[in-house]
Amino acid sequence: MKNILILGAGTAGTMMANHLRKRIDHTEWSITIVDKEPQHYYQPGFLFMPFGIYSEEDIVRPKSRFVGDGVHYRDSAIERIDAAANQVLLEGGETLPYDVLIVATGTAPAPDEIEGMTGPDWRDRVHEFYTFEGSRALRGALDKWQGGRLVVHICEMPIKCPVAPLEFAFLADTWLRERGLREKTEIVYVTPLSGAFTKPVASKILGHLLDDKKIDVVTDFNIGHVDNEAHKIVSWDEREVAYDLLVTVPTNMGDPMIERSGLGDELNYVPVDKHTLQSKAHANIFVIGDATDVPTSKAGSVAHFESEVLVENILSFIAGKPLDTKFDGHANCFIESGNGKGFLLDFNYDLEPVTGKFPIPGIGPMSLLEESRLNHLGKMAFKWVYWNVLLRALPLPMIGHKMTLAGKQIPDGVVRPTAAH
Amino acid sequence: MPDTTINGITVSVDADGYLTDHSQWSRELAEGLAAAEGITLTDAHWKILDFIAADYAEKSAVPGMRRMNKVGGIPTKELYALFPDGPIKKAAKIAGFPKPTSCV
Ligand SMILES: Cc1cc2nc3c(=O)[nH]c(=O)nc-3n(C[C@H](O)[C@H](O)[C@H](O)COP(=O)(O)OP(=O)(O)OC[C@H]3O[C@@H](n4cnc5c(N)ncnc54)[C@H](O)[C@@H]3O)c2cc1C
Repeated sequence: MKNILILGAGTAGTMMANHLRKRIDHTEWSITIVDKEPQHYYQPGFLFMPFGIYSEEDIVRPKSRFVGDGVHYRDSAIERIDAAANQVLLEGGETLPYDVLIVATGTAPAPDEIEGMTGPDWRDRVHEFYTFEGSRALRGALDKWQGGRLVVHICEMPIKCPVAPLEFAFLADTWLRERGLREKTEIVYVTPLSGAFTKPVASKILGHLLDDKKIDVVTDFNIGHVDNEAHKIVSWDEREVAYDLLVTVPTNMGDPMIERSGLGDELNYVPVDKHTLQSKAHANIFVIGDATDVPTSKAGSVAHFESEVLVENILSFIAGKPLDTKFDGHANCFIESGNGKGFLLDFNYDLEPVTGKFPIPGIGPMSLLEESRLNHLGKMAFKWVYWNVLLRALPLPMIGHKMTLAGKQIPDGVVRPTAAH
Repeated sequence: MPDTTINGITVSVDADGYLTDHSQWSRELAEGLAAAEGITLTDAHWKILDFIAADYAEKSAVPGMRRMNKVGGIPTKELYALFPDGPIKKAAKIAGFPKPTSCV
């Protein structure tokens, strides 16, 4: 028997296990998946939990339930990949040999990377919503909120779901209004980038949202440390932003296991070919989801499109054929803009988000880069789609892994993708 | 795309003045782009610009602060001293690469 070993049973690992078990020759290949944490969290729900829109039960399920028949599920922490010996060491000393390895260990907030972040204010006046515990604790903090300075902040890029902090600010604006607390609350959005929106087309169309909602924006803010005594964040160029409640997105990093294995870059992401997802260092290692260094968003939708590409490439690899299926960086994300509305982005490595109709060109029913009630409903429906379609590795009707240009309006001056799609 | 003339060289730039075609970049042009930011390029600046170019070739992205520190060996304080205010976006502009952005 030969072994396909999948590290991580989150979004991407679960999808790969389900794709492969339906396609692989089970008389020749055995599939094993390993994860250290028994619960599967629907991470997009972490954005909604603080506002009481989702309960804890809405977003937690046992992981093993989503891994179908024909896959061995192992509940264990992974210590290290020994790529030279084609084996993985588990915590406790057991080793698992592999012929093909799929790394899907994701990315997680690493608040200790910023000086003072986990000081006395942590989980008191300083919160995050990128973990289950963090999102739950923030819910408690919001319940007690009576007004003051609410600072929504990004430590450094890249982060998974890069628009989530902006969505948090928009949802906070609505939530505060509904409670009669908006007049008593200043909302400040602090980013290391040059604006809340940074892509030219999106900035033009959506830039007004911050003004409309009276959210102050502080740009080019590279945090140096958190001053817990004075309740301020301080940048490298000594600018200060005071907070009563800081909702930060800590530095996101790949699992320390990647660093221990000597396979990662400075953020523990594994360098891969951005079209085939094959590791640059080892031909029999493939990487998917948030764990890669590919220059597109780290998102569940991206993991889904990648999984459709990667299953083909792994089947080609084990058959000794060239890796012909190419990933184009396709991402498709619903963004909450508050007041029961949302907008939708569809983009890839070569094309920034533009306006248009989706998924049916000219018809929709979704509209790209435009605020609508339907896009908000799309975001809320995503939870059902995630549990029932994506994790089971079923295709999304009408939406393929290759981004399509049909239905998109590409304004003059925007670089058009050169490759034919 | 608007054209602009820097140091006597005509190039295409986006609305924020970033080159849209890296093949139009040259060291001479960089001097002009830097001058427009009030910066006179020294060897210390060039070390950073060269690192960004080498790294962009590998990662298809402008390196962030952490990568500048850890992989480029350039401390944050030095970046701020050489390219005041927004060091990464300024250095990226002078090196002829796109402005660091998020997805939207
Ligand atoms: C607040 C928030 C909002 C989001 N909103 C959206 C959205 O609206 N749309 C969207 O598409 N995406 C969204 N995302 C992003 C999406 O959740 C992730 O991109 C997706 O889950 C990535 O899947 P993954 O498999 O790469 O990583 P994960 O799903 O995080 O899985 C990684 C797995 O690896 C395991 N693991 C790691 N290290 C080890 C180890 N050493 N030993 C054993 N196991 C290990 C972990 O336990 C985990 O189960 C959001 C994320 C957050 C945090």
